[in-house]
Amino acid sequence: MVEDRNVSARPVLEAPDIARVLTRIAHEIVERAKGADDVVLLGIPTRGVFLARRLADKLAGITGRQTPVGSLDITMYRDDLRLKPARALERTEIPGDGIDGRLVVLVDDVLFSGRTIRAALDALGDIGRPRAVQLAVLVDRGHRELPIRADYVGKNLPTSLRETVKVQLAENDGRDAVLLGARDE
Amino acid sequence: MKRHLISAADLTRDDALLVLDTAEEMARVADRPIKKLPTLRGRTVVNLFFEDSTRTRISFEAAAKRLSADVINFSAKGSSVSKGESLKDTALTLEAMGADAVVIRHHASGAPHRLATSGWIGGSVVNAGDGTHEHPTQALLDAFTMRRHLAGAPDGGPTFHRGPGDGTGRDLEGRRITIVGDVLHSRVARSNVALLGTLGAHVTLVAPPTLLPIGVESWPCEVSYDLDAVLAKSDAVMMLRVQSERMNAAFFPTEREYARRYGLDGARMAALPEHAIVMHPGPMNRGMEITAEVADSGRCTVVEQVANGVSVRMAVLYLLLGGNEPAVATATPRTEETKQA
Amino acid sequence: MSTTLIRGAKLLGGEPTDVLIDGETVAAVGAGLTAPEGSTVVEAEGLVALPGLVDLHTHLREPGREDSETVLTGTRAAAVGGYTAVHAMANTFPVADTAGVVEQVWRLGRESGYCDVQPVGAVTVGLEGNKLAELGAMAESAAAVRVFSDDGKCVDDAVIMRRALEYVKAFDGVVAQHAQEPRLTEGAQMNEGAVSGELGLRGWPAVAEESIIARDVLLAAHVGSRVHICHLSTAGSVEIVRWAKSKGWNVTAEVTPHHLLLTDELVRTYNPVYKVNPPLRTEADVMALREALADGTIDCVATDHAPHPHEDKDCEWGAAAMGMVGLETALAVVQHTMVDTGLLDWAGVADRMSLRPAAIGRLAGHGRPVAAGEPANLTLVDPAYRGVVNPAGFASRSRNTPYEGLELPGRVTATFLRGKATVMDGKLT
Repeated sequence: MVEDRNVSARPVLEAPDIARVLTRIAHEIVERAKGADDVVLLGIPTRGVFLARRLADKLAGITGRQTPVGSLDITMYRDDLRLKPARALERTEIPGDGIDGRLVVLVDDVLFSGRTIRAALDALGDIGRPRAVQLAVLVDRGHRELPIRADYVGKNLPTSLRETVKVQLAENDGRDAVLLGARDE
Repeated sequence: MKRHLISAADLTRDDALLVLDTAEEMARVADRPIKKLPTLRGRTVVNLFFEDSTRTRISFEAAAKRLSADVINFSAKGSSVSKGESLKDTALTLEAMGADAVVIRHHASGAPHRLATSGWIGGSVVNAGDGTHEHPTQALLDAFTMRRHLAGAPDGGPTFHRGPGDGTGRDLEGRRITIVGDVLHSRVARSNVALLGTLGAHVTLVAPPTLLPIGVESWPCEVSYDLDAVLAKSDAVMMLRVQSERMNAAFFPTEREYARRYGLDGARMAALPEHAIVMHPGPMNRGMEITAEVADSGRCTVVEQVANGVSVRMAVLYLLLGGNEPAVATATPRTEETKQA
Repeated sequence: MSTTLIRGAKLLGGEPTDVLIDGETVAAVGAGLTAPEGSTVVEAEGLVALPGLVDLHTHLREPGREDSETVLTGTRAAAVGGYTAVHAMANTFPVADTAGVVEQVWRLGRESGYCDVQPVGAVTVGLEGNKLAELGAMAESAAAVRVFSDDGKCVDDAVIMRRALEYVKAFDGVVAQHAQEPRLTEGAQMNEGAVSGELGLRGWPAVAEESIIARDVLLAAHVGSRVHICHLSTAGSVEIVRWAKSKGWNVTAEVTPHHLLLTDELVRTYNPVYKVNPPLRTEADVMALREALADGTIDCVATDHAPHPHEDKDCEWGAAAMGMVGLETALAVVQHTMVDTGLLDWAGVADRMSLRPAAIGRLAGHGRPVAAGEPANLTLVDPAYRGVVNPAGFASRSRNTPYEGLELPGRVTATFLRGKATVMDGKLT
């Protein structure tokens, strides 16, 4: 579906690379969160949710405990709602014990302008009061428009604004890859 | 979706599912400590009510406020409207106030249609009940309630009264819905027949012949004069309110006879399949179309319908006003959304 | 006296011929007539010549509702539509239920000079259905009223209707009934049928019209009087009138142009321009009405021209007034529905829109053949013309036409009222 649209796209991460960086991020979370006892992983739909679940599996392999994982739809907190037709909502699923007093790690596929994360922070504030919030992304492609940075980065990918970064995940796209392409317009 | 919500018949299956699925997400907001979303900040929603309906008005008001819209309540009673101001002048006033959406309840069938097509206002029009024509958000909340109970189990089937489930993505294919009562004067019945048919349900209308419209045989539903004959084949029974002004207009001989022939009591409820639910758009006439025993039973969803009304109306307002134009329903709304760059 | 030579017009749609008008009368009809010196010559090649049209059913609104129409604006509209005489309905303010009011309306028509105005008198005082108005006084007045009607309301009391039918026999009058059983049509908004059920608008059953017509043809037969059915609108009404005529009873009926063309499907727009009494019916009714007009069961076309100010239509359906303007579009709609469909020829149009209505109204000087010695009331029509209806150009004071934007055939190019051109080249003189 996606690759048809952008034939010129070049893979910068393949499936084994993605598996490796997620393992690394999982270890970093355990290390920085001192055992990750109170971590809650919240993926940002669509692909952030799949990444969050994969990270939860990796964390379970390291700590032997199940890490709560959920999803956080930021659609209704976006700052560009009036630039496009109204969008269908994605699922928000907060784990049963909530987020109050926990370390919430937001998980997303690509960090770009930072506006998605700004919206996610607003959404979190309406749901509860975490002890701290951290951010894990598969790819950081730069070009921030807000004072936001990631705590865990799979790959820093310097890009130009004319390039596109497309993440594909098996759960959604049939295969794992990060593709760098020219904007097809 | 179109720019306005005038008639349930205007909704395609994809539109209807988009509203119901969105409402499912909105319902989750009600479970949060802060039941508010910033989505419609700076938008103005006017509740223009030419007819008293506190229940519908506060439902729309709660929906708009939970989405952070500014709400202006314009009740025709005691306003310039009761002094002879025309619908047009009222509309022009609302337009001047910058209404992004007008939620209108009117005693004249077609008034919302007129408001939407006259060019008097630029905003979206949401029909909150017009005369004996339509009440599309009521049908949507009814379908939402049915879906949670009749298609809410993990296997897509009924929940057997173990609380409402999650029917996201599902329609009402094959469900048998019986609507009982004053169909002739019921906007709820009209909207439900249209919407439930779109969602794949089989609708049966049950009423005395005097309370069925001429031409009902051309509607996409069955018609019966015998309630007992259809109960065993009903997944949901919706009891319509019998307005007191019908009592003296020879539509039926006495209230007692109506209740005996078309009221839902414990014995009739027992004839329903085990999983079936009992619905009522409210307010109920206990002892008339429904007995207290049925109204207070665990199978009656009337209170739930009220709560679902807020979620469904949030969904409608969001889908109409949450972008630079109304949402476009596609068969698969949940894929390929590229997040904001 | 001035003379006018109309050259090459197809008289009643037949072979081209010339018509010479001398003063107020037709001097000669035939091929190759020569124009006397000083005559006006009207080149009428391709045009159809008809006797001046006569409307049995017009609402001129004066006195009382001059904001929607006056006798002057209404007669100008009539002239544009090819009419040389109109019957002005009695539901004015005050009601035309006395000799004084009908004479006033009649005089205003004479003064307008565009079209003769023949007042219709009310059957009952104030149209209230209780007490007979002074029918004899109106008949004897300068207006010489012969048609009596409570139009807008039905004379629903059977005894009052019987008495009215009997009483008008004394002066060869006719009672024109607005057939609408009031109890069956309380709060009614549109034709009762599949569409009303869907739209949630209170239905107006065909039986409410048909039951009154059935009663009234029986009453007319019983007392040996004349009854005329206004704006007949259903297939069932056609059957009743056909049956009554087969009995030899003195029953006549009219149909409006809009009931020959429009159906209740249009109400789906909730646009009050389609709100009218009787309501627009179904396709089957429309077809039955066309057939009945063609075979003579329905005697004539009457406009039920009902002007309303903009604000009475610029509102929600339920609050809107009922009625449509029709004088300026009637002939076009009849050509479209009856002539172009092959149901009626131009001679038939002349019969249904001039001869018969004049005969029913006992109107002297109108509805006469175009022949030497007859009054020079004439209409010239260009049947090849096609145009889009634009109410902005109407001569009527009101704009409530259901045909706005619709392409219709035919155009009245000239109208002569007793030899004087009221319309020439499609424009009022």
